[in-house]
Amino acid sequence: MPHLKTAMITALIGATALTASPVLAKDLRIALQSDADVLDPDQSRTFVGRIVYASMCDKLVDITPDLEIIPQLATSWTTSDDGTAITMQLREGVVFHDGTPFNAEAVAANIERSQTLDESRRKSELKSITSTEVTGEYEIVLNLAGPDATLMAQLADRAGMMVSPTAAAEAGADFGLNPVCSGAFSFAERVAQDKIVLTKFDDYWNADAINFDSVTFLPIPDTTVRLANLQSGDIDMLERLAATDLAQANADDGIVVDSAVSLGYQGITFNINNGERGDNPWGNDKRLRQALSYAIDREALNQVVFEGAFAPGNQPFPSTSPWYNQSFPVEARDIDKAKSLLAEAGFPDGLDLEVQVPNSTEPLAVMQVVQAMAAEAGINITLTSKEFATLLSDQSAGDYTASQIGWSGRVDPDGNNHQFVTTDGGINDSKFSDAKMDEVMNAARVAGSVEERKALYDEAIALMMDELNRVFLYHVNWIWAYNSSLKGFTPYPDGMIRLENVTWEE
Amino acid sequence: MLAFLLRRFLIAIPTIVIISIMVFALQQLLPGDPLLVLAGEERDPEVLEALREKYRLNDPIPVQYLAWVGNALQGDLGVSLRTNQPVTELMAEKLPVTIQLAVMSMIFALVIGIPAGILSAVKKGTATDYVANVVALSGLSIPNFWLGIMLILLVSVKWQLLPASGYVPLSEDFGQSIRTMLMPSFVLGTALAATLMRHTRSSMIGVLSADYVRTARAKGLAERVVILKHAFRNALTPIVTLTALLFGELVAGAVLTEQIFTIPGFGKLVVDAVFNRDYAVVQGIVLVTAIGFIFMNLFADAMYYVLNPRLRGH
Repeated sequence: MPHLKTAMITALIGATALTASPVLAKDLRIALQSDADVLDPDQSRTFVGRIVYASMCDKLVDITPDLEIIPQLATSWTTSDDGTAITMQLREGVVFHDGTPFNAEAVAANIERSQTLDESRRKSELKSITSTEVTGEYEIVLNLAGPDATLMAQLADRAGMMVSPTAAAEAGADFGLNPVCSGAFSFAERVAQDKIVLTKFDDYWNADAINFDSVTFLPIPDTTVRLANLQSGDIDMLERLAATDLAQANADDGIVVDSAVSLGYQGITFNINNGERGDNPWGNDKRLRQALSYAIDREALNQVVFEGAFAPGNQPFPSTSPWYNQSFPVEARDIDKAKSLLAEAGFPDGLDLEVQVPNSTEPLAVMQVVQAMAAEAGINITLTSKEFATLLSDQSAGDYTASQIGWSGRVDPDGNNHQFVTTDGGINDSKFSDAKMDEVMNAARVAGSVEERKALYDEAIALMMDELNRVFLYHVNWIWAYNSSLKGFTPYPDGMIRLENVTWEE
Repeated sequence: MLAFLLRRFLIAIPTIVIISIMVFALQQLLPGDPLLVLAGEERDPEVLEALREKYRLNDPIPVQYLAWVGNALQGDLGVSLRTNQPVTELMAEKLPVTIQLAVMSMIFALVIGIPAGILSAVKKGTATDYVANVVALSGLSIPNFWLGIMLILLVSVKWQLLPASGYVPLSEDFGQSIRTMLMPSFVLGTALAATLMRHTRSSMIGVLSADYVRTARAKGLAERVVILKHAFRNALTPIVTLTALLFGELVAGAVLTEQIFTIPGFGKLVVDAVFNRDYAVVQGIVLVTAIGFIFMNLFADAMYYVLNPRLRGH
């Protein structure tokens, strides 16, 4: 039957004598897994939105692939001895896409907007800044409530993106319909769920490093179709290739595959004390959670579900992260240990566990493998599959025992931990509370040196490995696939696509 | 006839009101808080409250509904919670896409379905009939997403004849626009063709055994004239209704096909809106498609008049 239909369509094409259109090398076409939300750095929340910003909106600072903070619009910065003021020198000669000059006043206006706009999602990220002082055309001082080791990493993401103060004042909350930043490409056009088009900004301060006239972002949700578009030459690059499509992409000479371990994690979050449902054996006894963790073979999970393309994990950071606590390597599976922990906790014959899981292919596959592994230790997992928005509100309301959920990850280690394990943490859906943990996590926020912070996080991880309100399973690998004519692409653990020094060579 | 259509239209108004109330109510029943989705991963309580205020989600539901109706009557369907774009603008963007897809699919469906139906009715019980039936059944049973992906892999990846997916507006590049839409409309069209073929067949078989057809044949009319002019015209009434309803369905959006071929039409818009709890968008689309359905029904009624002179006296 498909043959007949194929023959018919071929006949049709032949009849109209159509020719394939040439690919425009200078317009880079990038396929995204989903459509971005509102294009206002202060309001937006999607991962794909950040990929668009990477080409459109410069930030005060950027990161290296090794997560070091490097200059972008701020050229240098110093922190006062007491840690309560950061003085930044700003890049000169930078203009926004509308011609507004970039200077210290612009930075002050941006920080004020992030902190005060009703719709701003950046408020908590910049909470530590109490005021700004413009001390020169290109010098600004950020006054802080107290030392904040996490701030620079926030400024390397949306909170540090500079939008044109003129355009922002005019458009208010509607800024996202026609965003004006200072990045390498300026906003040209958006058709919801179809495309976002950016054109090269000729007055960009680093214009020499940009080799494309325009970039078009196309949301193509189906992974097979994304790859088919790349193979047919309709697009030049795609993000988040499915692990199951890796073999097909690798087999194609015209396609290059690159990857980087993400900053985030996937795992199972337990309800420890969030409402009545927290009062259950799994919430009350950490030995049960430890038993589950021992029952899981993380390497096998990665092989079975992701063909080995992801990274097995047992901590909030991947083992490649400088913050990973090397004293707790990914444990081998230990069924006996799991069984003895269950027995110790008073369940020698095993017990049931209900886990809610998002109703899409990958999380379900992961949990089915975990289910099978846990069953061998006597843990009978029931999976309740829920649509994501529902899962999230049930989790937030405490209407769950355990939840398969992940975190996209932050550059600073604080972002993967503080809000999940401290008593007042905003997304501590476990309602986990431990005085020692609070103390260590808060200290790590304000500690001055990297060594000091590392020691504190090591301590916190040790506590987490014992308590396991989150049982970590694996870390996603960002996988990009692109046309082999594209040269100079560097994978970053934040999953962004940076186009500086990327070229097209036929 | 005008009076008749006007009466039908007036009857449709309460239907539209009831639909809008139902959509509004159903959304409130959906589990999941739209703001948790909107607030982003961090879910800052302060942000949640500001958003709740802004989108008036703290108001009682009847108040929210009346506010929406008030604005809708003035042509303002609100803004998308997700992208801040006005809903009317979003729909104006999508409607031409969806209509183009619907029209092209319908052409495929009609061109394949009706001749096949007539042929299999005329040749009832012969090999031709069986083959046509098997083809129709396959058209119905092959899932759109599978056929879509197969076509993309063959036509776009292997032979590189057509763009794999996407959409180009007709006004921008006519040829490219048609080319991009060929595969998706073929996929949709074949499934519809099957339904049309089956209905044409049964309707034709009924008519072909009627007395007047025998009379026409007895008069010595050419078989072609008997079938197309006498029989088919009378068999057409149920097919017109079906076509109008199928077209209405197409306008409501072909979710799977749009997803596979990444066509930014109504189906994709509404599905994404439901997942993101983008209430304003869901309401707007359902309202517009409901009105579209009602108009297609009216159109079918009008067609009866044209096809069947006997109705004109009423």
